[in-house]
Amino acid sequence: MITLAVALSILLLLVVLYLLFRIQVLASIFKGSYRRDIGTSNKVNAALLIAFFFVMGALFIWSFMDSKEEMTLPLASEHGIAIDSMFWLTMAVIGFVFVLTHILLFFYSYKYQHQEGKRAYYYPHNNKIEIIWTVIPAVVMALLVFSGWKTWAKITSPAPDNAVVVEVMGKQFNWLIRYPGADNKLGHVKHTLIDATNEFGIDLNDKNAQDDFPGETSSFHVPKGVPVLLKIRSRDVIHSVFLPHFRVKMDAVPGMPTSFWFIPTKTTSEMQTETGNPEFQYELACTEVCGRGHFAMKMTMVVDEPEEYQKWLATQQTKTFVTQLQAAPADSAAAVAVNSTSVAAGAVAAASN
Amino acid sequence: MSSTDISLHKDVHLEHDDHHDDHHDQSFIEKYIFSQDHKTIAKQFLFAGIFWAIIGGTLSSLFRLQLGFPEATFTFLEPLLGKWVDGGKLNPEFYLALVTMHGTIMVFFVLTAGLSGTFSNFLIPLQIGARDMASGFMNMLSFWFFFLASVIMFYSIFLETGPAAGGWTVYPPLSALPQAISGSGAGMTMWLVSMAFFIVSQLLGGVNYITTVINMRTRGLSMTKLPLTIWAFFLTAVLGLLAFPVLFSAALLLIFDRSFGTSFFLSDIYVAGEALTHTGGSPVLFQHLFWFLGHPEVYIVILPTFGIVSEIIATNSRKPIFGYRAMIGSMLGISLLSFIVWAHHMFVSGMNPFLGSVFMFLTLIIAVPSAVKVFNWIATLWRGNINFTPAMLFSVAFVSLFISGGVTGIILGNSALDIQLHDTYFVVAHFHLVMGSAAFFGLFAGVYHWFPKFFGRMIDEKLGYVHFWITFAGVYLIFMPMHYIGIAGFPRRYYTWTGFDTFNKFMDMNTFITVAAIVAFAAQFIFLFNFFYSIFRGRRATENPWKSTTLEWTTPVNPGHGNWPGPLPVVYRWPYDYSKPGAPQDFIPQNVPYSQTQSSNLPHERDTE
Repeated sequence: MITLAVALSILLLLVVLYLLFRIQVLASIFKGSYRRDIGTSNKVNAALLIAFFFVMGALFIWSFMDSKEEMTLPLASEHGIAIDSMFWLTMAVIGFVFVLTHILLFFYSYKYQHQEGKRAYYYPHNNKIEIIWTVIPAVVMALLVFSGWKTWAKITSPAPDNAVVVEVMGKQFNWLIRYPGADNKLGHVKHTLIDATNEFGIDLNDKNAQDDFPGETSSFHVPKGVPVLLKIRSRDVIHSVFLPHFRVKMDAVPGMPTSFWFIPTKTTSEMQTETGNPEFQYELACTEVCGRGHFAMKMTMVVDEPEEYQKWLATQQTKTFVTQLQAAPADSAAAVAVNSTSVAAGAVAAASN
Repeated sequence: MSSTDISLHKDVHLEHDDHHDDHHDQSFIEKYIFSQDHKTIAKQFLFAGIFWAIIGGTLSSLFRLQLGFPEATFTFLEPLLGKWVDGGKLNPEFYLALVTMHGTIMVFFVLTAGLSGTFSNFLIPLQIGARDMASGFMNMLSFWFFFLASVIMFYSIFLETGPAAGGWTVYPPLSALPQAISGSGAGMTMWLVSMAFFIVSQLLGGVNYITTVINMRTRGLSMTKLPLTIWAFFLTAVLGLLAFPVLFSAALLLIFDRSFGTSFFLSDIYVAGEALTHTGGSPVLFQHLFWFLGHPEVYIVILPTFGIVSEIIATNSRKPIFGYRAMIGSMLGISLLSFIVWAHHMFVSGMNPFLGSVFMFLTLIIAVPSAVKVFNWIATLWRGNINFTPAMLFSVAFVSLFISGGVTGIILGNSALDIQLHDTYFVVAHFHLVMGSAAFFGLFAGVYHWFPKFFGRMIDEKLGYVHFWITFAGVYLIFMPMHYIGIAGFPRRYYTWTGFDTFNKFMDMNTFITVAAIVAFAAQFIFLFNFFYSIFRGRRATENPWKSTTLEWTTPVNPGHGNWPGPLPVVYRWPYDYSKPGAPQDFIPQNVPYSQTQSSNLPHERDTE
């Protein structure tokens, strides 16, 4: 019944609109404005353009200012400082161009609207002006390219030797973490060795693998103030590691390990104080579409003071893959199964939110 | 080649509404369905493009509902979407399918086929003074291959396992493994088959456009006297001809990986409890191949509108386009550069960072010719005598959107900044403004401007204004806030962000965007009404309603087969002699010889009298 009423009122509305349109057409035929080339609507539209400029410009400035705090993510990495400052510098440059060109575009449109008896100025070209406005953007671009190169080269340079290595492996639909243990070397892996218990496909015969140990299911730890090298890979489809607070992003590609290194500058508890949010956690998200649970591939990264990190490390180092996989395969199978179901349940819970 | 059949068909019939009785006689089919007339084919592309745009827009409204109201239940969608809505909740895989199909449809079926197909077909012969395309038959095939591609793509939406759902970029392994997402089953197969036919269609069309522009210009029409529209369509066709075969190869290799066990893009995969045998492939190789088309593709989308907008701004400002040669030069520059910037889509794909720095450099260069174009458009407005037709408003707005979306390209083209912004809503905002909305505005401008030539009637201006203002405001209200969300790091293709504390904000903003998107989409129905109403009941057009200089306006109101009833027009001058000092009228058509315009000839033109 209600559907019928809604349908009827929509129909009625459409009929009214149609009648209004017909009346407008007939009225303009009656007034003869259909025969005129350029009527009052030209003035109206020119005025609307200038109004649009001011209203939308004001809306833009207001909404930008209003959202500025919400949109700037707190920063917690060293290279992020360079990225952020370059971002806002570039924003200022393009903001200037944006405002200047829009002022010209809308004001010229308004000012040079049709006037009876006036004639446009025949001005087909001016090579000098063309050269000027080719060279200026070229110079500005060159400057931006140089500063971009400098930052990019620094960020993508090889990681320092003392970097703390952490492996992040993406799979549908969660992240798995592996630490290299005391030797700081990750053991050999092979996808054919993967099964329900050996989720990484670790080759247990490899000597580098002997001291490797897994991270916890929902979070992993890194120390503050030292280079952290993320070794990134995927075992099924492409994922992408995104640590928004650290300005870190790198695809996880099956068959092609990638890496990204950075220096965390604030511990989780420092960030909790800074943001005034005691619940604050650094989150790792997936930014390459990877299937149904793409939006729920969440992992928490805990940044510790180096001493705390060492303490945590000491508690973990005994839980190596070797002991877990060889000691009681059945138990650990159950444990892993529980882990993956809990993650899956998390995804489902998020989905139904 | 050119036909000598010059009879005029006064009455305008359109294939879509002519459902006569059963006895379709041969001539009807030849005239309206399997027509080889470029004007009819252009209209076929236009109607197909409009159909696809409605589908693409509807899909976007559906996923915007999910993003704007993640907590809501959409039980009212159940009759429409069936099992894809479970208890009022959109299926997350279906959400990805919506996003994927929206992208595919808008980029390829609307803004490539619908835009180039319509305007290149319609305007190339009319503006260069040719009777028809070089090969009418190939041209017809081009549409029907597109039609076939459309049918297959449309059918795939209704598959039980859903259409392709791995994003419009269809990166393998996700797109190669039905175990990874159900859309990669039959849906992806149909996507690939459809795209293969689509590419065939593009190549048939492209060869035709290029041949026609090179060989069939009328007497006197040198390349430096061509309207900018034709330059734009010509370069678009060249880009398509060079880039689409690479997509074809990528699609072919993907078909091999999916169905015949090869490992071009697959390596070391363990999925759904099983280790696959593929080794040695590289998913990044697919990205290189895809973006080698994909980047020129965005210029295939935007270049035709460069031409359309240049033409409309010059005509309605009653001024020559400023820097005609610079406009051609910048289009040439953009076309060339568009082939060597593809890897800026892949800064964080794991490719060698050195490549990243090369592609950053090349990408930022492309800003220079783009800036030149903007300055030239603005300079054309300067001291003009502007007539704000709906087409002109859409063109001015095009320049605005092109600037707004273009400047953020300078940020995204910078590899260091792209680390944070890659695959966030900043990218979504950027390309929706610069190639989505801007290209759509160019398309609308073209439809409003050439409507009298298409259908012999005028499209209603007032409704055009209403359509324009709602759309213009709507587009900015949708995409400006998306930048904020992008700066905050919100990733693309997320079903919902509520699972993350980092992204658990901007709820109102997303709701606002959804409302704006639905209002803007609804406004398009004003255009649809106006379009179809005016085809039949619009005011009758005159031969040259905009007092334009180009050759299409020298044809009869409803040009027949062969376009000009008499001999082909001869061209004497460039297409932008507007408001020339000394001329009695404020425009001199291209086919007026200098001997007839002695009062307005410039010194260097005197010897051609």
